Amino acid sequence: MKEKKSVNIVSGKKIQEKYLRDEMMPHIFCNGCGLGNVLDYALWAIEKEGLDMDKTVFLSGIGCSSRIPGYIHADALHTTHGRALAFATGVKMANPDLNVIVFTGDGDCMGIGGNHFIHAVRRNLDITVIAVNNYIYGMTGGQVAPTTPEGHFATTSPYGNIEPPFNMSDMAKAAGATYVARWPVFKPHQPINSIREGLQNKGFSFIEMLSPCTTAYGRRNKFRRIEDLWAHYEEKTILAEDHDQIEKFGTQEERKALKDKIKIGVFHRETKKSLEQRYQELLEELK
Amino acid sequence: MIEVNEEYCKGCNLCILFCPRDALEESETLNKKGVHPPIEIDDRCNGCRLCELICPDFAIVVEEEDKKLTKKQQSKKCCV
Repeated sequence: MKEKKSVNIVSGKKIQEKYLRDEMMPHIFCNGCGLGNVLDYALWAIEKEGLDMDKTVFLSGIGCSSRIPGYIHADALHTTHGRALAFATGVKMANPDLNVIVFTGDGDCMGIGGNHFIHAVRRNLDITVIAVNNYIYGMTGGQVAPTTPEGHFATTSPYGNIEPPFNMSDMAKAAGATYVARWPVFKPHQPINSIREGLQNKGFSFIEMLSPCTTAYGRRNKFRRIEDLWAHYEEKTILAEDHDQIEKFGTQEERKALKDKIKIGVFHRETKKSLEQRYQELLEELK
Repeated sequence: MIEVNEEYCKGCNLCILFCPRDALEESETLNKKGVHPPIEIDDRCNGCRLCELICPDFAIVVEEEDKKLTKKQQSKKCCV
């Protein structure tokens, strides 16, 4: 007789009752903002993975995205601007049994915390970083961020941005992250699976979420309606595998159309020794 | 069954936009924030949970109906 596998049925009601702080709801994010979705997907992944919330720590820096841990019924550290990964290094090294999840934004991670980010990736800490990329400094009033695409408008670039942007996922891959993925918020199941994979992965897992900012970014870039902005993200993104196929076998017109597109998907998987493992090995050697 | 928590809804209408079965529409009532929260149209929802996942404000909860279960139970009862 085959034993039936016990299936963990996840539902929205279960997640809301188990993980969300009732007194903090409804949350502060703007109408049409994707940060609520990011929180939702992270909670789904955590529930499916069956993480013990007593052994999970959420960290964040400063910014819209960094308000996310405040809504979760678990221990959280709301740290200084850009230093979420520095604090995460301390937490993980002090107690390697903890699951450390970092919520960070594009300004927090790439702008102010750029150096912390590179070095946390280089060390290959066993943490999961969910970086929400909305192309702008949303909370401070819509200034140009290091990820704002060329030609896009912001408070500090009223004639269009002239600086070339950072590609967060490519940078994480180049610095040596062991799991790198990028997904937009309008696809629910792929990011949930990616966050699950990131939690299972023993090493630095980087999941970039493309999230629409309606108030600071959409308003200045001719997306006045929420539907327009979400549809724009849907048009502009393309699966990495499809992108490669079109580059190889597509016609000239198809290849020209690729120029403005953003690749999404899982970019990199690798197994490497993490910093805690190296540290434990060193301790045993010295005994 | 789609349950809408009207207090949490901010009126982005993404659930109505994303629903593959067009099972949601704007209601005529206003909530505290001054927007029209969505309301379910009867007998269209197939329980795919897309609205629940896509709602940024945790305002929608989908509860599966026990239609299939009851049918099975009924058939079992018949067999016995």
